[in-house]
Amino acid sequence: MSQHEHGSGQAHGGHHVHVVPLSLYFGIITVLFVLTAATVITAKMDLGAYNTVVALVIAITKATLVVLYFMHVRWSKKLVWIMVGSSLVWFSILIAFTMQDYLSRGWG
Amino acid sequence: MSTSTHAAPVAVPQQAGHGAPGHGHGHHPGLAHHFDDLEQQRDSAVYGMWAFLAQEVMFFGGLFIAYIVYRNLYPEAFAHASNLLNVPLGATNTAVLLASSLTMALAVRGGATGSKPTQLIMLLATIAFGLTFLVVKYFEYAEKFEHHLVPGPTFMSDPAHVSPFFTAHPEEIPHARIFFFLYFAMTGVHAAHMLVGAGLMAWIFLRAKKGEFVPEHHDALEMSGLYWHFVDIVWIFLFPMIYLLGYHFGDHHG
Repeated sequence: MSQHEHGSGQAHGGHHVHVVPLSLYFGIITVLFVLTAATVITAKMDLGAYNTVVALVIAITKATLVVLYFMHVRWSKKLVWIMVGSSLVWFSILIAFTMQDYLSRGWG
Repeated sequence: MSTSTHAAPVAVPQQAGHGAPGHGHGHHPGLAHHFDDLEQQRDSAVYGMWAFLAQEVMFFGGLFIAYIVYRNLYPEAFAHASNLLNVPLGATNTAVLLASSLTMALAVRGGATGSKPTQLIMLLATIAFGLTFLVVKYFEYAEKFEHHLVPGPTFMSDPAHVSPFFTAHPEEIPHARIFFFLYFAMTGVHAAHMLVGAGLMAWIFLRAKKGEFVPEHHDALEMSGLYWHFVDIVWIFLFPMIYLLGYHFGDHHG
């Protein structure tokens, strides 16, 4: 179990210091800027229903990068993954249960 | 009671059980007495922070589901109302917030490396970006008030700032009002989080200045960072959802 914990191998009560290389942070921010430009450029095009799909895919990608790297979840323990995942599950329930009502009202 | 547990001499040799040879003092002054060690203390902080952020997802979730429902009911009104927003300013603010997330991550990294100058500079940069965002938001809000695009009795009463769509379809104006209500509610609640974040960072800056944040113990800096990044993520979704719905129409009036 503790094999997972980089940095805590110092056998010092597990300080668990994780220093991410600067190049990784600058790489992530570059991708985030490029994706922001992409979301504006694709919104300018008329893609029909796909405008929303493209915008959401880009936004989810950006959010995932922030969560994994800036928020260090990629290097976090499984319990943190479960907490992040559970927030998404509850939010999905909110959307799914509400929309199955609204979207099916016209089916009469 | 909290930090004066040194008075109990038995506690000191017990700490050696963690296998820290040559580590003279009993425990780190930042270690609260109800935790075994700093790692357990940090893990608890991380879990607690994520539990709070999961709650924040539900907090914003209510507004997001309202947006989804009404956008599905009135897609055209939403797209044309969205087209009245200022995309360049929204995009600028997106870039500003992303930059603030980078400086925030670098400030936390300064905590992990124990570099006080890095912490201070990056926290100041984060605060500066955060305030820049709020100033831009202020100008956007002011413009919407001037253009009568704030839900209320004079909503869309200025023909110069209503797109032809709403002139041709006045029955859609109440739906545009819902859009603008959601615009102000969602960005307003987000801006409130930014204000809280800026205050939080000012407090963390003062603590960093005292040299509180060292590699083995900088939980407060790290948890504040998680909050800041979360607020950034909310905006990552708000920007395309609110500003870019009707961008492809081209007849921009914002």
